[in-house]
Amino acid sequence: MSEERSGNIGDAQRRGLVGDEALPDEPAAEPAALGDEVSSLRMILTLGAAGALAGLLIVMVFNATLPAIEAHRAEAVRLAVTEVLQQPARYEALSVTEAGLVELPREDVQPANAVLVYVGFDEGGRATGVAVTAAEAGFQDIVGLIYGFDPQSGTLLGMKVLESKETPGLGDKIQKDARFVAQFAGARPPLEAVKRPKGEEGEIDSITGATISSRAVVRIINNSLERLRPRIEAHFQEVVR
Amino acid sequence: MSELVWIFLSALVVNNFTLALFLGLCPFMGVSSRVETALRMGAANIFVLVVTSLSVSFLNAFVLVKAPYLRIIAFIVVIASLVQVVETVIKKVSPVLFRELGIYLPLITTNCAILGLAIFQTNRGYGFFEGLAFAVGAGLGLTLALVLMASIREETELADVPSIARGMGLVLIIAGSLSLGFMGFAGLLSSS
Amino acid sequence: MRQTTPQQDLLRGLWRENPVLIQMLGLCPALAVTNNVENSLAMGLATFFVLCGSSLLVSLCKRWIPGEIRISVYILIIATFVTVADLCLAALLPDIHKALGAFIALIVVNCMILGRQEAFASRRPVGRALLDAVGTGAGFTLALVMLGGTREVLGSGSFLNVPLFGPSYEPWVVMILPPGGFLTLGVLLLGLAWWEERRRERVKAGGVPAGADMEPSPALGMSLSERASSRGDAA
Repeated sequence: MSEERSGNIGDAQRRGLVGDEALPDEPAAEPAALGDEVSSLRMILTLGAAGALAGLLIVMVFNATLPAIEAHRAEAVRLAVTEVLQQPARYEALSVTEAGLVELPREDVQPANAVLVYVGFDEGGRATGVAVTAAEAGFQDIVGLIYGFDPQSGTLLGMKVLESKETPGLGDKIQKDARFVAQFAGARPPLEAVKRPKGEEGEIDSITGATISSRAVVRIINNSLERLRPRIEAHFQEVVR
Repeated sequence: MSELVWIFLSALVVNNFTLALFLGLCPFMGVSSRVETALRMGAANIFVLVVTSLSVSFLNAFVLVKAPYLRIIAFIVVIASLVQVVETVIKKVSPVLFRELGIYLPLITTNCAILGLAIFQTNRGYGFFEGLAFAVGAGLGLTLALVLMASIREETELADVPSIARGMGLVLIIAGSLSLGFMGFAGLLSSS
Repeated sequence: MRQTTPQQDLLRGLWRENPVLIQMLGLCPALAVTNNVENSLAMGLATFFVLCGSSLLVSLCKRWIPGEIRISVYILIIATFVTVADLCLAALLPDIHKALGAFIALIVVNCMILGRQEAFASRRPVGRALLDAVGTGAGFTLALVMLGGTREVLGSGSFLNVPLFGPSYEPWVVMILPPGGFLTLGVLLLGLAWWEERRRERVKAGGVPAGADMEPSPALGMSLSERASSRGDAA
């Protein structure tokens, strides 16, 4: 066992920064002015110039990639919303506030008591359902999902998990098990996760081996609906586009 | 369960920075051969994590709303300067503490746990207090992992292990077993 | 002190001084994202891009960077390339970008990249710096794909998302979870150490012909002096 491998952070750092072999410095290519006094002004100028160049490059790349990144984001939202609202003719992003379902100037900046939802419309401009995103703790970490709700019939239209780190092969079935996901369409909240469904409304047959993850999905939808349902139901009829 | 307690416990055990997210592996592999050094490294980490979390909250609230694409550069520059400032201040205020932490502080700049904290805090939209709970949980989690590792390594050094296992291989296998153990905490925070 | 040839600069990082397997640098991404081949490859190539870009720029600008602030300038350069890589991945491969998440930004603190700047790019001509970056970056990608391949085959029963064993295979889920990362690298390092020990015994027994030191060998568990002396023995 050599000293080098004994794993001292100093060694790791030295190995990293100075390299394994002593590199002979080529006189012509030595870092500028190592021995000489360097004025503070020059250092500030160098750092400033480097910072300015870096900023310039990043802004250029940002502007060049922005359309594609925005398009991907919009496409991801479109796929999720059309899935959980069962293919509406079109949809719009509205905010649920005290005053009802209103359009706010910026989707990404929501006031404290407002929640962004997606309202789906049929061909005639009649609202068919509301898609809501929600997130809470699952088995491993936060589970984020979107669900569609139809206030007129009081049933769910669909559910899609957007984000989860649940155990692959077990907990991630809340995302991949088509039978589990399909149960949410037509279920009448408040939901209940059960092991042997008796055929009652609102029952969700939980996945064997992923009981906690299944319950988490049910809890997330219940909690979110409990908060938003009164406001959505009160104002849903008014929305016609 | 309160949001802050959840964030704290999640960072401490369920999503432990070192054993579940692989952040801060350099000190985990390097400074974990003695329990005492592990404790000091942990303390230095907690300190820098908390200060970083405070500055990240500030940056996110006032500076980066206008230029989110400068995030990575802003974070790394702030972390590097912070470590420098903290080092100077500790040196002036408490030379004893400086001797205790001194050599570990500069190494923390390139510790991915610090930048990791800054980025996770931003991605999850944590505010001031949430960020603080996250930083303390993450720091204590790092310390916990470091101390566990160090106490096991103190034992294996006395044990008669095969010559090929005296390097990092064995350390990684031990880390794997610890990580496996920490997986048992999953589900702890799902209150239903 | 010894001069290196261009071939050595290029090939050194690939295996003999592989950043992950031998130098144990950049372990955080090497373990965090290698739960399948696709992510490993993407992370490897993103790091490769950042390393080559930074080495090129640092080597080009080394005359104008004052020694006192060189680390800050290197970090600034690296962070710029990482941001560029992050934005490009988000625009071109959004799924992979989402899977890698925060770990793309964490390329900044990969000690391997800063290490190559300080140890090599800042004191060598542009061509050599680039060769070294290509070799080291390729070595890093190779190590990541080795880890990712092992973990995906055992943990999901597939390679590059192509199922290998049919439906009857029960995957070792633990391999794609965090413990699998530690265990895979641990077993790999034990294997390399075993191989190295056997090689050293053969050298001691005099069974290795001259010139065998040119074959890439991981010098795991050997100090520099030991490595140098074993080379001397063989020659």
